[in-house]
Amino acid sequence: MNMDDALQTFLIECRELLQAMEEALLNLESEPDDKEAIGAVFRAAHTIKGSAGLFGLDTIVAFTHVAENVLDKVRNGEVPVDSNLIALLLSSGDHIAILVEQIAGQGVEPDEATCAAGEALLQQLKTYLAGEGQGVQITQSSVTQPHDAPLQSSGGGLVGSDTWHISLRFGHDVLKNGMDPLSFLRYLATLGEIVSVTTLPDAMPLAEQMDPECCYLGFEIDFRSTADKTMIEGVFEFVRDDCNLRILPPHSRVTEYIQLINDLPEDKVRLGDILINSGVVTQKELDEMLICQAMRSCIAEDAQSGEHVPPVPPLGEILVQEGMVQKELVDAALGKQKQARDNKAQESRYIRVHADKLDDLINLVGELVIASASAALLSQRSRDTMLHEATSTMSRLVEEIRDGALQLRMVPIGETFNRFHRVVRDVSNDLGKEIGLEIGGAETELDKSVVEKIGDPLMHLVRNSMDHGIESAELRQQRGKSAKGTVRLNAFHESGSIVIEVGDDGGGLNRDKLLAKAIERGLVGPNQSLTDQEVYALIFEAGFSTADAVTSISGRGVGMDVVRRNIEALRGMIEIDSVQGVGTTIRIRLPLTLAIIDGFLLGVGSASYVVPLDMVMECIELSEAERQETRERNYINLRGTVLPFIRLRDHFREQGKAGRRENIVVVQYAGQKAGLVVDELMGEFQTVIKPLGKIFGNLRGVSGSTILGSGEVALILDVPALIQRSVNQEAKSAGQEKLVALLK
Amino acid sequence: MISHDVDNGIYRVKVEGEMTIYHALEHKQALLECLGHCTEMEINLSGVSEMDTTGFQLLVLAKREAEKIGRPMRLVKHSPATLEVMDLFHMAAYFGDPVVMP
Repeated sequence: MNMDDALQTFLIECRELLQAMEEALLNLESEPDDKEAIGAVFRAAHTIKGSAGLFGLDTIVAFTHVAENVLDKVRNGEVPVDSNLIALLLSSGDHIAILVEQIAGQGVEPDEATCAAGEALLQQLKTYLAGEGQGVQITQSSVTQPHDAPLQSSGGGLVGSDTWHISLRFGHDVLKNGMDPLSFLRYLATLGEIVSVTTLPDAMPLAEQMDPECCYLGFEIDFRSTADKTMIEGVFEFVRDDCNLRILPPHSRVTEYIQLINDLPEDKVRLGDILINSGVVTQKELDEMLICQAMRSCIAEDAQSGEHVPPVPPLGEILVQEGMVQKELVDAALGKQKQARDNKAQESRYIRVHADKLDDLINLVGELVIASASAALLSQRSRDTMLHEATSTMSRLVEEIRDGALQLRMVPIGETFNRFHRVVRDVSNDLGKEIGLEIGGAETELDKSVVEKIGDPLMHLVRNSMDHGIESAELRQQRGKSAKGTVRLNAFHESGSIVIEVGDDGGGLNRDKLLAKAIERGLVGPNQSLTDQEVYALIFEAGFSTADAVTSISGRGVGMDVVRRNIEALRGMIEIDSVQGVGTTIRIRLPLTLAIIDGFLLGVGSASYVVPLDMVMECIELSEAERQETRERNYINLRGTVLPFIRLRDHFREQGKAGRRENIVVVQYAGQKAGLVVDELMGEFQTVIKPLGKIFGNLRGVSGSTILGSGEVALILDVPALIQRSVNQEAKSAGQEKLVALLK
Repeated sequence: MISHDVDNGIYRVKVEGEMTIYHALEHKQALLECLGHCTEMEINLSGVSEMDTTGFQLLVLAKREAEKIGRPMRLVKHSPATLEVMDLFHMAAYFGDPVVMP
């Protein structure tokens, strides 16, 4: 196994574990008694420590070890869960993340600041271990030895059986798999004191057959530690499938040693000697064992000869009944097995694929779509029905491949949303406000590339909502709201786009204040009349802030303009709903994918244009009478409502004579409708979006280009911008008409 | 790297560099070959910079084979890397060679 690969896996695993740890900690905050969550946090810390130990990353092991000890105490109910502890553990998790990234990720030693931070955290963690932290009381009177205290040998190393006994037989392939028994022993030594080791090379075959790259060793280890069985088992987690491991706890029953001796491949007398030599059992005990064993086999024989054979209870039950293991141990073991099975099942359902490979695939599928369009066109021209049929089947399949390929990149937005639990928690602590987070539509899927870019804008919006939106507790109570504020994140699909909402139940935007500020800054003329939407949109202007105080979180007036720029770069748009005193909802609308869409092909003069099919509502033919009528104005009466439209011929200054007929394509976006007047409707078309170069970045009304089957280029229309434009024009001309009417 | 010189049937073998899985095959052959020819074998471990379980197993194998054919075998001048492994495995007594603590 390549070490670099293994390290990469370690990094990925650590990130996931830390994420899980954080989620569990946040859970604990609302339900401090959640045993599952405590267990999850502990397991995460434990596994990180274990894996780091295998890679010899001592700094990580040292730090995580202390955190793990505290968690162990929490798990045993010795340290109560409170918000201080959770805050400390969250910071510890962050620190581990930094360590992992620096040491394992970049291969550098942690810098001084990190070390200092780690040291401070360690100090705090240790107060819990010593049991003298603020407000921390040891609830159980039983005094357990702190893990950190050096274990003292009582001299000679032969102290009865207060040691764990570990029997290890390694599989032949462990060395080839990059695992070395040495590193497991070294790591085990960090958990406690290895009292004795007996190395058993007996399994080694004759010199000729001995493969020097195979492992033939077995070990009998006596080990003194306050660690529990799962921790000790955890040491060998990486070779679990590849080794034969038996762990007997201290003060184990004699019968268990008999079992052990019976189960091991080596000579029984020899094993007995080893046990005596290492001081686990005394000679007397061994004799008893042998007698007991003999009696057992007699009973077994009797049972076999008897006609009535009682049903054999499950092994776990026997063990518990006979008091050999505590019930918890069996439960833990069963839980662990189940967990391992679940993990396996999950592994088989997912495979990790490099994102670049997916991008390449999407690019290829894009080219395939273009190529198949061209083939379809040629077959149509050839008038060969067989060929035509073949190509149409192919087109259908290509379409399915396209959908499948795009689906691969779709990820649920929930993961992004969940990150905000932590943000909301931290920011609300900083602000001294009590704020909860509600998440809706977590399963809504969108393109991975969009998800990656949406995180920062969302972060700004959420922070902004918390800082400016939600009022202080006193003010909330005055207004008759609950003292605890709420931030909502919601997502859903709507006509080919995804809508993400960031809402709060705070004070809402103050329209008058916004307008006054805008006029003061000269953004708006004093006599201009603006709709609510337009006023709210002012908060996205650069350097615009109505906050009375600048806090560390927001209020400097930077950020919101960046948010808008980011969203627009994704071909999305933002709108704001706000009711004063009730709350604000900011709605982000984004296209589902950035690569391939179903388009509707339109012809104007000699050129072709594409609009996203999802935005097309209907197509209407303009009658001759209507054409005459609409020559002067830019709206028609569509079943009793006013529909503003744009003549694409005029808009793009298309040369040549107008066609005999004209059609209106009614498009909709964000609740607004507009018409596009075109010459020809050419039907559906799978559109591979090719971005326009930087030079065309400022071109209004066009969002990209695509290649048609004939090899010609068609422009993709930016419907939101066109709608905005036609609606504005309409409003303007209506205003002018009003003015003219007034003057008369 | 395994080199040896012969002094009256006594093979003085010197292992240098890593005694790890990367060289295990080559080391096994070299050690068994020396063992086959010698009347007495001495393995000098002073040059061993790193040892893993495979390296250790080879020493065990050599010891066992030597005993089988009744030829004395000694480990001498253990390097720190070797000592650490012997210590972790608690196997110094198995070889029974005097160890000079560095």
